[in-house]
Amino acid sequence: MRRALAAPALIILGMLASTAASANPQPWQLNMTRGATETSAQVHDIHMIMFWICVVIGVVVFGVMFVAMFRFRKSRGAVAATWSHSTKLEAAWTIIPILILIGSAWPATALLLRMADTSDSEMTIKVTGYQWKWRYEYVDYFGKQPGINFVSSLETQSNRTRQLDSGLDPAAIKVDGVSTYLLDVDKPLVLPAGVKVRFVVTADDVIHAWWVPSLGWKQDAIPGIINSAWTQVDQPGVYRGQCAELCGRDHGFMPIVVKVLPKAEFEQWMTDQAPAPAVEATAITLAPTTAPQG
Amino acid sequence: MAHAAVHDTHHDAHDHKPEGFLHRWLFTTNHKDIGTLYLVFALTMFFVGGSMAMIIRAELFQPGLQLVQPEFFNEMTTIHALVMIFGAVMPAFVGLGNWMIPLQIGAPDMALPRMNNWSFWILPFAFTLLLSTLFMPGAGPQGGWTLYPPLSLQGGNSVAFVIFAIHMMGISSIMGAINIIATILNMRAPGMDLLKMPIFTWTWLITAFLLIAVMPVLAGAVTMLLTDKFFGTSFFNAAGGGDPVMFQHIFWFFGHPEVYIMILPAFGIVSEIIPTFARKPLFGYQAMIYAVASIAFLSFIVWAHHMFTVGMPLGGELYFMYATMLIAIPTGVKVFNWVTTMWEGSMTFETPMLFAIAFVILFTIGGFSGLMLAIVPADFQYHDTYFVVAHFHYVLVTGAIFAIMASVYYWLPKWCGNMYSERWGKIHFWMSVISVNVLFFPQHFLGLAGMPRRIPDYNVAFADFNMISSIGGFWFGASQLLFVGVIVHAVFFSKNRATTRVWEGARGLEWTVPSPAPHHTFSEPPVIDDSMLAHGDVTH
Repeated sequence: MRRALAAPALIILGMLASTAASANPQPWQLNMTRGATETSAQVHDIHMIMFWICVVIGVVVFGVMFVAMFRFRKSRGAVAATWSHSTKLEAAWTIIPILILIGSAWPATALLLRMADTSDSEMTIKVTGYQWKWRYEYVDYFGKQPGINFVSSLETQSNRTRQLDSGLDPAAIKVDGVSTYLLDVDKPLVLPAGVKVRFVVTADDVIHAWWVPSLGWKQDAIPGIINSAWTQVDQPGVYRGQCAELCGRDHGFMPIVVKVLPKAEFEQWMTDQAPAPAVEATAITLAPTTAPQG
Repeated sequence: MAHAAVHDTHHDAHDHKPEGFLHRWLFTTNHKDIGTLYLVFALTMFFVGGSMAMIIRAELFQPGLQLVQPEFFNEMTTIHALVMIFGAVMPAFVGLGNWMIPLQIGAPDMALPRMNNWSFWILPFAFTLLLSTLFMPGAGPQGGWTLYPPLSLQGGNSVAFVIFAIHMMGISSIMGAINIIATILNMRAPGMDLLKMPIFTWTWLITAFLLIAVMPVLAGAVTMLLTDKFFGTSFFNAAGGGDPVMFQHIFWFFGHPEVYIMILPAFGIVSEIIPTFARKPLFGYQAMIYAVASIAFLSFIVWAHHMFTVGMPLGGELYFMYATMLIAIPTGVKVFNWVTTMWEGSMTFETPMLFAIAFVILFTIGGFSGLMLAIVPADFQYHDTYFVVAHFHYVLVTGAIFAIMASVYYWLPKWCGNMYSERWGKIHFWMSVISVNVLFFPQHFLGLAGMPRRIPDYNVAFADFNMISSIGGFWFGASQLLFVGVIVHAVFFSKNRATTRVWEGARGLEWTVPSPAPHHTFSEPPVIDDSMLAHGDVTH
């Protein structure tokens, strides 16, 4: 009996404690991953801190409740007491939560300050949300203007399959044996590993939100407003995400793919892209101090 | 008090009920009849909104689009929310307030009975208007119940109908709130001091002030949408110098108090039921009132935690995070007080108590995810995912709606004079409480694994938990038919007559009038005996 319970318990614990940075969502995934950056790992940590605080409070409160429900049943002959007040108890359960909250606000504040600090970034990407695709402009790379600018939208196989009554099997769409249905694009955003990248995020029609879970944040893309955020991915790989703000009919069909290459390969990729098609230099000059934080 | 009860029984023999169906229900100014109308309307809307949820869960049963186009899916999520919030939960609470507040404070009726009639009869028209948009050329609203521009302005002219429907709902709510405040402040029986009132009445008094404060804000926000769409203004249009984020600030300045409008009366209900079935006075009566008042105050200063990802200044994010975390303190006080009320009681577990206990546990789980959502860096991950969907359904379904169901089982014998079937009530409870967790708990996992909300289709990795959630959804939906069955049986068929007190541990003036409560009660003010009030101890 005990062994029969142990196996599923181990699997569940394993899923909860999953530390492997996985770029794709996994079947039966129960928890946030640690992601691909130092920031996303810290976000995961603070999420787990809050989770365990809630678990402990829950065990205590529900535990007391269940004990009460079993001990103080009328059917067991329990006679109701008449007390209804205790200053000591009430003071305790006001002060202890305050201390717990201060304890959790502290690391949250530190992490928020870190995430808001886009200074010293070595590269800037402008992300523009459209119904229902993303435009990426390489605004700045170590002081140079790469002039790369392209649109990224859902790849055709997913797009055919997702039509109503297409009769096509979503599970058939795979890359390296992992489902990429609705999570793959025709042209991914390519980034160098180990470089602090600043994103400036906006939109051209309605509000979108640019979200790659492995990077640890999402940022709304709002017409008329430029938001900023940053990331530094050290591990080359492919990281997937989706639009996270309802943006109309095809909101569920505008994925994001970030392909991180080693720096040398990235620079090779950049030269392969040039000469960029004659796109108007819409790259805005961004004073680093004026962008609102993300 | 005994005198009042006898007097009312006497009255019941010729209790001046209007004759004729239309005359009785359409022209009614009686708080009990209007309360019944509100409750029946809310139950109807619960099934209308619920059937939309069934469509949503059916489409999400497996990956790929099998049933509906994404446009229709978006209409369903939008109208499901509007119907459930404004059509089911809020009218249910107004109905409960109408029925119970005069009975709890010893008043003969609401202070403004004709306005009471009007507040109710606006609602069927408002919802006919709202639901008619589903059949309009150019389709109904698809921008989510939050109506964020520019998206909400992209559709056809149906947005004008939605906005007008929201205006009508707002007028109805404001009038209802004015009526409740006027009743509570002016019509309490002699000796019913404010700090002796039952907690349910107290929570409604505070809720009514929230309603008056924020419904006009919503009206302003949607009116600006209307002029942006049809009259060329640019309040929220960036190209015209406006700001789309300003709408979100205004909307959530309404929206956050609104979510407490939907939970504070639930706190009141649970604070009535737990002492009744624990046969012990409510622990910390005054602390409970101050906690509700603090939550109501805090609700006005935390709105931007719904929009941490819009790119607020760092100081703003820190402020809204700290302010939001503060809400945990009065909410914790309430939960601890309920648990302590149960301690050393003498408990029985009739259906109202079962729903109330499920409320305390499951609402607290929703509170836990709320505390996690308050942490800004973590919210950057949770925001707009199924984690949020799970969170607000825990507080609204297993919170607000479970409390409403608890109150229906609790007060139904007083309303109709018959006991419901305890056996079928318990079956309804266990079906609901299991299925609702099958429905919503896996949505936490989906959100943490990266599934955004408001999408009609998803990656194969999300398939398993979505299927489980959908099965729970159909099960929960079907279980609610039992609820209707139990009510219909109790009202029309039950032979089991309710006593005046109904529940052994019941306290309060509403349990001194006969069951069913006669058409007119407390025509003469009752004589108040402190031991009957607020479950005993009103000094703490």
